[in-house]
Amino acid sequence: MSTRFTRDQMAARVAQDIPEGAYVNLGIGLPTKVANYLPPEREVFLHSENGLLGMGPAPAPGEEDEDLINAGKQPVTLLEGGAYFHHADSFAMMRGGHLDICVLGAFQVSQQGDLANWHTGAPDAIPAVGGAMDLAIGAKQVFVMMEHQTKTGESKVVERCTYPLTGLGCVSRIYTDLAVLDVTPAGLRVREMAPGLTLADLQAVTAAPLLPPAE
Amino acid sequence: MIDKTCETLERAVADIHDGATVMIGGFGNAGMPSSLIDALIAHGARELTIVNNNAGNGDTGLAALIKAKRVKKIVCSFPRQSDSWHFDALYRAGEIELELTPQGNLAERIRAAGAGIGGFFTPTGYGTLLAEGKETRVIDGRNYVFETPIHADFALIKALRGDRWGNLVYRKTARNFGPIMAMAAKTTIAQVADIVPLGELDPEAIVTPGIFVQRVVKEAA
Repeated sequence: MSTRFTRDQMAARVAQDIPEGAYVNLGIGLPTKVANYLPPEREVFLHSENGLLGMGPAPAPGEEDEDLINAGKQPVTLLEGGAYFHHADSFAMMRGGHLDICVLGAFQVSQQGDLANWHTGAPDAIPAVGGAMDLAIGAKQVFVMMEHQTKTGESKVVERCTYPLTGLGCVSRIYTDLAVLDVTPAGLRVREMAPGLTLADLQAVTAAPLLPPAE
Repeated sequence: MIDKTCETLERAVADIHDGATVMIGGFGNAGMPSSLIDALIAHGARELTIVNNNAGNGDTGLAALIKAKRVKKIVCSFPRQSDSWHFDALYRAGEIELELTPQGNLAERIRAAGAGIGGFFTPTGYGTLLAEGKETRVIDGRNYVFETPIHADFALIKALRGDRWGNLVYRKTARNFGPIMAMAAKTTIAQVADIVPLGELDPEAIVTPGIFVQRVVKEAA
């Protein structure tokens, strides 16, 4: 009997891979949780694309400042040593390759590391992209955090994305509730699996070929 | 004596004409120049093309301008939000045109206009729906998409303090698009919390030098 990683376990697992000194952007939604698992003694620079570096945790109730928000428009704080800057500089930090890691949610990731996370493609949906495409191509490493399967049981790890793309070949590692996968030139290599899961079990629910963990 | 300060919000927006392209600062409500938008609604200009990151939140500011049906087209990165109901209704009714652009491309297209750049190649959006029909080029083995500058007739921005030469400082993340929109518009109008005497702003800390600003007006109380 196998178990799935919880969302908090996924966040804690991503946090393990963020070293001291890294410049990091945590996307809206599940990736935001990663901040809760960065140990306080590890200095990591959190970037928010609306224009701050050195983002701190949410303010205490009553301390919110409407001029100090994150990309999700939630109130945040600034750490000592943090800085504000305008939007063109903020996106130069991404596009210019200055961010070490960004962590994003996704609808689908392909075996080549193509990412689909901005649009379901539904004809009646109003499209909105925000910074998703800039984040996808900008950071040195792009980590995706998502459930392994949709609510109806379809694999979100696929041979080719069927949803509209956010970026081509941009994802370096995938963290799901079942596994951690590396995107390599040879294909998707399993790095870790949820306790009790076999490679065959994982392959059975994954719509792209998986390579066994490296020795 | 040069004095870019305006006595009233009404006077500050009086020459915004029908059909103008107007950049409006702000990311959500942070940095949204609400006093100037209210004055623009009262002024009555129509058929506007608006450049903003979003398409209005709730019922005030840009959302109120959209609700008043003054906006023909909006250029933005993230229109759909939980509280963008006025935009959503007009978009679904086919009464407002949308040009969707990735957020960093939006910022750089604005910056390019202000810096006199005729366009640029960016990796953002390559191979996606938002690059369809655009020129592409391979540079040093990487794929890029050509993006054009966004110029504007007017920019309405919000800053914390300004002086009579138009120098500005901002407050926290309310800075967002203010500095680049100020550069990209023919006429930039800044609403500020305080108009301060010349010399009071630290020249080492001025974020937008007055050359990019034509009018400074105190925000509504």
